Amino acid sequence: AALKDGLRSQVSAALKEGRVTPTELCQRCLALIKSTKFLNAYITVAEETALKQAEESEERYKRGQPVGILDGIPIAVKDNFNTAGIETTCASNMLKGYISPYNATVVQKLLDQGAVLLGKTNLDEFAMGSGSTDGVFGPVRNPWSYSKQYKEKSVPKSHSEDSESNWVITGGSSGGSAAAVSSFTCFAALGSDTGGSTRNPAAHCGVVGLKPTYGLISRHGLIPLVNSMDVPGILTRCVDDAAVLLGSLAGHDPKDSTTIQDDFKPFELPNLTDVSKLSIGIPKEYHVPGLSSEILALWSKAADLFKNAGAKVVEVSLPHTRYSIVCYHVLCTAEVASNMARFDGLEYGHRSDMKDSTESMYAATRREGFNDVVRGRILSGNYFLLKQNYEKYFVKAQKVRRLIANDFVKVFRSGVDILLTPTTLSDAAPYTEFIQEDNRTRSAQDDILTQAANMAGLPAITVPTALSERGLPVGLQFIGRSFQEKQLLTVAKWFEKQVQFPVIQLEEVKRHDNSVFQHQKSASFS
Amino acid sequence: QKVSVEVLEHLEHLALVDFRDSEGVQRLQKAIQFADQLHEVNTDGVEPMDSVLEDRWCLYLREDDVTEGSCTKELLENAREKVEEYFVAPPGNIPLPKLEERETFLQGS
Repeated sequence: AALKDGLRSQVSAALKEGRVTPTELCQRCLALIKSTKFLNAYITVAEETALKQAEESEERYKRGQPVGILDGIPIAVKDNFNTAGIETTCASNMLKGYISPYNATVVQKLLDQGAVLLGKTNLDEFAMGSGSTDGVFGPVRNPWSYSKQYKEKSVPKSHSEDSESNWVITGGSSGGSAAAVSSFTCFAALGSDTGGSTRNPAAHCGVVGLKPTYGLISRHGLIPLVNSMDVPGILTRCVDDAAVLLGSLAGHDPKDSTTIQDDFKPFELPNLTDVSKLSIGIPKEYHVPGLSSEILALWSKAADLFKNAGAKVVEVSLPHTRYSIVCYHVLCTAEVASNMARFDGLEYGHRSDMKDSTESMYAATRREGFNDVVRGRILSGNYFLLKQNYEKYFVKAQKVRRLIANDFVKVFRSGVDILLTPTTLSDAAPYTEFIQEDNRTRSAQDDILTQAANMAGLPAITVPTALSERGLPVGLQFIGRSFQEKQLLTVAKWFEKQVQFPVIQLEEVKRHDNSVFQHQKSASFS
Repeated sequence: QKVSVEVLEHLEHLALVDFRDSEGVQRLQKAIQFADQLHEVNTDGVEPMDSVLEDRWCLYLREDDVTEGSCTKELLENAREKVEEYFVAPPGNIPLPKLEERETFLQGS
């Protein structure tokens, strides 16, 4: 089995048949993490516990009693999910040294199914950002920066310049998770998605990024940003794997009262061959200024792909699209202002030495613990929540939210099954270029295509589509109806099969996978 | 329409977070400007939306049964200052120093 293999058909089978053992798999991933340390994808590597989990998994396989398809599979978790006994920092000074006393429900579910938790991945501080560049542990580097495909296309400006200064961002805020999956150090990773934080880096790193319907997967233990929009996100190398992860995570959690009570039935994705009954909607407002001509062309090509295969492809309108980023800005900062109030230094996390009074201790702790981005959002949020502003901004934004959600309802009611849109405005920017603009500006630009799905609570998935002129991944997004993940993923899987996105060619991975190198097939394998 | 120093100070007090420098204040100004675009949208007769799950009646009440707890030790572990089973805080009921006496950027405004 190779590190590049997909979960369902290859690795799981290999584990069952004993062609590879969980400890071997775990060790190889750990070694690869070490040799790809320059990516800065991981904040904490839980080597000891991972190996222990792998050993336990091996025992189960020996007895012929693996828990399920995830038994022994190495996974990574974004560092804003609580993991018992393992540091959870949210890439912030505020939580440096904080050892969670419990597992987030999604983490517990993965562990219960025998998954091996390799470590916690890097992110923007408190998941605020679209680059994974604003965390206290430094920025995450996109593995594609070091790929043969990117290097071949980059023209060095001078002899001395090399990939050191040329590297591109992962996108964010779940950049570490995306980089980890993309560089083969794990088979799947958890991210979070509030405005696109799973889909954006997935698109930039050439992996599948799924944002499930709000209310499908428990948020218990996910350190909250925006309670009415946050969802745990799933990052994998192929759509089938995303379905596997979804199956093991979805379902009502009594500890999260915002999870729906309906029974969730895990599903296997059918191999769709006939798309003639499908109606694909192309929202015209997603043709935003700033959308690169390359991505526009790919989007168009994808629409044609469906049309030529017999599907009905129609232009639709989501008239309030251009206000959704503004609406998000207000609601997000307002909820952030509330959610960040818990960080006061008393019960956990950083505590200032200031002792004069409770309030001054809180103020000093928060001054020391939060970066500018977080503090900026807290202050903005508090402004919008002031008595004199509450109706004008917060309630107004809630009304606009309804209009945005209704836009989608109308379109889906008109017979459209799935929406097809770009995920990002362009391919990944070089880090030096990305940091020229501040976080808020970047987020406002980069979230534009992804965050309406969070406003409406709809499921959305980004599928790696093609490489750009610069040799970097570009993804396209599918948005589905509430709780219709099966249909969404089925269509995504069909699309994935059509586009045959290339496998990243990384020197590091080649070296590690030399021994049992099955075939350099695409990561999609249905 | 700039935000007054009184409001800025009020925000610092409410948020217990300070505008470290003029950039911080400008950031707020830009954020307000950005948010003002909302007023272009006609929302007459539109109800505010609290949750996308409003139709599904998610927020239920459960029976008042104790299902977990007794984790005092775990909960105290992450606190820096504690005495027996108490989190220790500096004296309360002491207001933050006035603007003139505080070390805040706003003092200069």
